[in-house]
Amino acid sequence: MVATDTALVTVTGVGKTFVMHLRAGATLPVLREVSFEVHAGECVVLDGPSGIGKSCILKMIFGNYRIDAGSILVREGRQYTDVARASPRDVLRLRQRVIGYISQFLRTIPRVGALDVVAQAARDHGLEAATARSRAADLLARLAIPERLWQLPPATFSGGEQQRINIARGFVAMHPVLLLDEPTASLDQVNRAAVVEFIRHRKRAGTALIGIFHDEDVKRLVADRAIDVSRFRA
Amino acid sequence: MSAAEEALLTAAGLTKLYGARIGCMDVSLDLYAGEVLAVVGESGSGKSTLLSLLATQLRPTHGHIRYRMRDGVVRDLFTLGEAERRFLWRTDWGFVHQDPRLGLRMGVSAGGNVGERLMAVGWRNYGRIRGEALAWLARVEIDTERIDDLPTTFSGGMRQRLQIAKHMVTAPRLVFMDEPTGGLDVSVQARLLDLMRGLVADHGLAVVIVTHDLAVARLLSHRLLVMRHGRVIETGLTDQVLDDPREPYTQLLVSADLRG
Amino acid sequence: MTDAVAYNFAYLDEQSKRTIRRAILKAVAIPGYQVPFPSREMPMPYGWGTGGVQVTASILGPHDVLKVIDQGADDTTNAVSIRQFFARTAGVRTTTRTSEASIIQTRHRIPEAPLAEGQIVVFQVPIPEPLRFLEPRESETRQLHALEDYGLMHVKLYEDIARHGHIATAYAYPVMVEARYLMDPSPTPKFDNPKMHMSPALQLFGAGREQRIYALPPYTRVVSLDFDDHPFARTRFAQPCALCGERHTYLDEVLLDDRGGRMFVCSDTDYCQERRTTAAPEARNERR
Repeated sequence: MVATDTALVTVTGVGKTFVMHLRAGATLPVLREVSFEVHAGECVVLDGPSGIGKSCILKMIFGNYRIDAGSILVREGRQYTDVARASPRDVLRLRQRVIGYISQFLRTIPRVGALDVVAQAARDHGLEAATARSRAADLLARLAIPERLWQLPPATFSGGEQQRINIARGFVAMHPVLLLDEPTASLDQVNRAAVVEFIRHRKRAGTALIGIFHDEDVKRLVADRAIDVSRFRA
Repeated sequence: MSAAEEALLTAAGLTKLYGARIGCMDVSLDLYAGEVLAVVGESGSGKSTLLSLLATQLRPTHGHIRYRMRDGVVRDLFTLGEAERRFLWRTDWGFVHQDPRLGLRMGVSAGGNVGERLMAVGWRNYGRIRGEALAWLARVEIDTERIDDLPTTFSGGMRQRLQIAKHMVTAPRLVFMDEPTGGLDVSVQARLLDLMRGLVADHGLAVVIVTHDLAVARLLSHRLLVMRHGRVIETGLTDQVLDDPREPYTQLLVSADLRG
Repeated sequence: MTDAVAYNFAYLDEQSKRTIRRAILKAVAIPGYQVPFPSREMPMPYGWGTGGVQVTASILGPHDVLKVIDQGADDTTNAVSIRQFFARTAGVRTTTRTSEASIIQTRHRIPEAPLAEGQIVVFQVPIPEPLRFLEPRESETRQLHALEDYGLMHVKLYEDIARHGHIATAYAYPVMVEARYLMDPSPTPKFDNPKMHMSPALQLFGAGREQRIYALPPYTRVVSLDFDDHPFARTRFAQPCALCGERHTYLDEVLLDDRGGRMFVCSDTDYCQERRTTAAPEARNERR
């Protein structure tokens, strides 16, 4: 499959097999021949049972997992970079400029306050310090994180609070491609609605979103297309 | 390719043999401004040997290192004269030792330690030297009241931060770190790593850090080299190597790390 | 005179003198650079001026006139011993008058009287290496000198200012020679440093225990280290010499009794004496 004009992410024939040397080299094939594309302004949802490899796909797009077969073309301005063959520096550049990722877990640096965690993501994307901070503050407020927590390191926050920091960090910069792995998992109704609004806003801005949602209501509200990942089971 | 995209340091085929014993074998790497490269491995992996070679403290048996000097000219490091090498060492590079006593003059005050490199490159105004020392002590979160105290009166974490200040004062472009968090309490480590992250971000530093602690590597580095028996067995993006390790030894290292 | 026959002229054998003269020539050729030399066994222990004595022994000729001072005085035990040593082993004329001497061996002072071309001052040096207290490794200090890497010396001065508010080094104050070598002027008071600069005399430095010789040929530039905002300042004394009235010499403090009585007199005994004898006839004239 060749990248079409508006496709920001084109996944072609991607395969993933884990080789577990600690289990006498047992191989665990997970995915084969994964192919799909995602266009600007659309939200594609990855469906399928737990453990099928949905997170795996997101991680491969992000460059966090190795790609054993196939290619993942990501549009960068007028050019395409194949994540499968990209150098570490290229992947770092893609993450900085193009691909944002909201994972399920918040890995934070000790001693950095919540506001700074979020603002840093904006700065990495190229925003200057003051703008980054004000946008971070805005997002935290919209996700109902009380101001008294903004200077505190998120490591001490509740699961739901950490998830909201994660979300703010993912949305604060304007990445053209956004990957979301269960973004609403620990949120209450109000905050879920806020996330839905963020996603819709980004769609209107032309962002290509690829997401995993276990919440059927949210999925219905944001998804333009669903891809059944069990089609690609290895 | 603009200067920012050219590698700061390129090592090719670095090998150090001690008779038949391998210190390190055929190591090649590139390092760019603003990135942190971690070299991980267990004792005897050759990581410290590699660091010493990169810092030109040891001469390789084979291989070379090219470095882009401040004036933009790329030089082969082992063809530099001793005076040039020392000047580079003193101004463009920093080396943070595991034991701060190796990197500090324990009989000289904190201010004198920080000012030393400035005086070595010709600063002759006491007031300015002291002002610069105060600024850096503040930057590494050492109480400026302690500027005239000897490092013997400092805690391990403070000594380590002083060591960093001492090297940062000449705005080096490349810093080598040898197990900088070794022997420090966890909270003290966190503070030190936070400082390093800030310095890398604010000053566009390139850092090569040797550590056996994967959590330190994950926190601080962009790329990773895994060494075993003197060879690089795996390399790549830090999060990729640690989350999706390919080599058997890497998988063993990652699984053995208690903090995950 | 049987004593003079029993020793070679000036005690040392001729080969030793040659070796030491070669070292002196090298030292003169590279002002401020420490030249290693094989120190000989002398009839006095290390720490009592063996370096200075070996240098003097190597350059002494039968027509030389020798003056020996110790902290400025001709009449201390050490000065007297060394002067008598050379009188016995070389038979040379000795003097206490600076102006009459061709060779002046000194411990820790430079004479107040201006020196002339043709005179040689021989300094006794305990520790020749100015960086020794900061950098104990000889291998490292040699590298520092070779690479003109002297930041460390300024660290010492910085420490002084940080601790005492000013550069507290009062003697053995480090100098730069011809803007190239860092040198220890021996434990002379810093008051004497300016005398070393552009002196018409040849200045030789001998360290017997450490086995080093260094030199300042006549008219060598010698500059004391300092900071822009803490420039080198000469010691000033609040009172003149109690004996001769001189205001610009280095003074020693002499305790007169055990009730705190003291007076300040010129450390250079010959200079003070000269001033008093030249002044005295005028005083006698006045009284007449």
